[in-house]
Amino acid sequence: MMSFKTVFEKFSWEATKAGILSKTAADVEQALQKEQPDLEDFKALVSPQASFFLEAMAKRSHYLTRKRFGNIQQLYVPLYLSNECQNICTYCGFSFSNDIKRKTLSDEEILTEARAIKTLGFDHVLLVTGESGRHVGLGYLKNAMVLLRPFFSRISIEVQPLEQQEYAELQALGLNAVLVYQETYHKEKYSLHHPKGKKSNFFYRLDTPDRLGKAFLHKIGLGVLLGLEDWRTDSFFTALHLDYLQKTYWQTSYSISFPRLRPAQGVYLPQGSVTDKDLVQLICAYRIFNPELELSLSTRESEKFRNHSLRLGITSMSAGSKTNPGGYAAESDSLEQFEISDNRSPAQVAEMMRENGYEPVWKDWELFK
Amino acid sequence: MENKTFQLADKQFSSRLFTGTGKFSSAKIMEEALLASGSELVTVALKRVTIGHKEDELLQHLSHAQFNLMPNTSGVRTAKEAVFAAQLAREALMTNWVKLEIHPDPRYLMPDPIETLAAAEELVRLGFVVLPYIHADPVLCKRLEQVGVAAVMPLGSTIGSNRGLKTKDFLEIIIQQSKVPVIVDAGIGAPSHAAAAMEMGADAVLVNTAIAVSEDPVQMATAFRLAVQAGRLAYEARLGRVLSHSEQTSPMTQFLDDEF
Repeated sequence: MMSFKTVFEKFSWEATKAGILSKTAADVEQALQKEQPDLEDFKALVSPQASFFLEAMAKRSHYLTRKRFGNIQQLYVPLYLSNECQNICTYCGFSFSNDIKRKTLSDEEILTEARAIKTLGFDHVLLVTGESGRHVGLGYLKNAMVLLRPFFSRISIEVQPLEQQEYAELQALGLNAVLVYQETYHKEKYSLHHPKGKKSNFFYRLDTPDRLGKAFLHKIGLGVLLGLEDWRTDSFFTALHLDYLQKTYWQTSYSISFPRLRPAQGVYLPQGSVTDKDLVQLICAYRIFNPELELSLSTRESEKFRNHSLRLGITSMSAGSKTNPGGYAAESDSLEQFEISDNRSPAQVAEMMRENGYEPVWKDWELFK
Repeated sequence: MENKTFQLADKQFSSRLFTGTGKFSSAKIMEEALLASGSELVTVALKRVTIGHKEDELLQHLSHAQFNLMPNTSGVRTAKEAVFAAQLAREALMTNWVKLEIHPDPRYLMPDPIETLAAAEELVRLGFVVLPYIHADPVLCKRLEQVGVAAVMPLGSTIGSNRGLKTKDFLEIIIQQSKVPVIVDAGIGAPSHAAAAMEMGADAVLVNTAIAVSEDPVQMATAFRLAVQAGRLAYEARLGRVLSHSEQTSPMTQFLDDEF
């Protein structure tokens, strides 16, 4: 059966990278003027040349975002259910090889966390786990959905890749969106960073959005771990993936996140860091390429960067996040996945949005079945 | 000069400007803009409302006697989901009016004609006043009319695009053929577009983005109020025929006046 793998294998990393680096100022200007930019235009927009057009890109991105989304910003919060993980990922605090205290929330703890989150005002919760079929398999996730449905109208997950039928079962319980990041589309580097566990299977992960599309999920979230490989080339492959998915699963919404590598316990930081300027360019490039796309920024980013990002194309933000299981109420001292950079409370983030002329939206979903 | 009132289902409206509630920078600005628009029919996305919560901020700012609330089913992808959403809305907002929106394509939010027709039929059967958002398709309009919708809401261009009446030729056919009110929805980006739709004979227009996203939503709402009134008055006064060139009085038959 046709999947993204077929498309992906027609592209070479090196040739793609060379194509991006060869884009000229004229290519960037053309991309900025087009009504319907294509993937070649996206290459121009993430090229080094485009960094000289940053202000023009920012203005175009702001214009397109406001026209499509209006003056609103979505708010959500991650709820970490478990830091158990059977994978080795060289950059992650939850990695199997890290000697940390493991924790998986019990029913009672899930409810305690839900109540705490609810009092902060949230209606959209993103459930996060490490990748451990043994501790947080389908049964655990289904149970969590049943427990959390009465609290939240919108539930998304960021867990290990599942089978199509498993996604369908979770959707029947009210699951709205699934985030699954490829981390990097560089196949060889992917193997280096994911030497053990189910995650080491590059193509199983790559075709996960296809399984989600076939399961008719409402929203699919894509992204790469910025800083793991060349961000320009990795982002092109993300855009390629997105383009394929939008044409294939046209009744599904899509979202892009921008996880930049941040310090975590027992983790080294790879080369090739992504600067603030790079990240602004990337956010604007996605928006110009795709005016309808949800662009999401987490609390990995600093206060200052997040404040400014509202006007650059971001439409969705987490706030007040705890990245350790039990962090909101049940057990606040368990190990976090990564360090939070923006420590403001959800109320403070909402106030910042209002000060910038945006209405913070806590609820934007209802389960219609 | 006052516009005459017009009847839609069981209600009388003196304003032919219907409005949406999305994309405003705050609930307060939304409230001020909608009051300035003179609108008496306001559509609300059910998914934005906290059902069963009396202090829902959006609803609080819409609690004015002149605003009739019309929940919409935005977010659903199938007829089945739309019917469920409408029932939820009827309970939550205590109205049997529903703006039926089924646009499973998240890019352009193009309405799905097949699901919409199926849902409309079922909702009419369940006692709803159904106003379906659809493409400017004259045949679909007649089919919807046959299943008993209260009005049809064909698009001028894609939602939020501000591109105006790109479907003009088909809107004209719809207006000519329709036995139910025609409300032009989506794509109206300037008061002149709204006026043009009214001059064409549309019964009403629905505007959201152009007001919500303008630099001054209150003033823009006023501009739309005036434009809709002007367009309707012009329609009722019967516009002169548009000529592509100046015509001689009667070049072909003038000879009849000659003395033979």
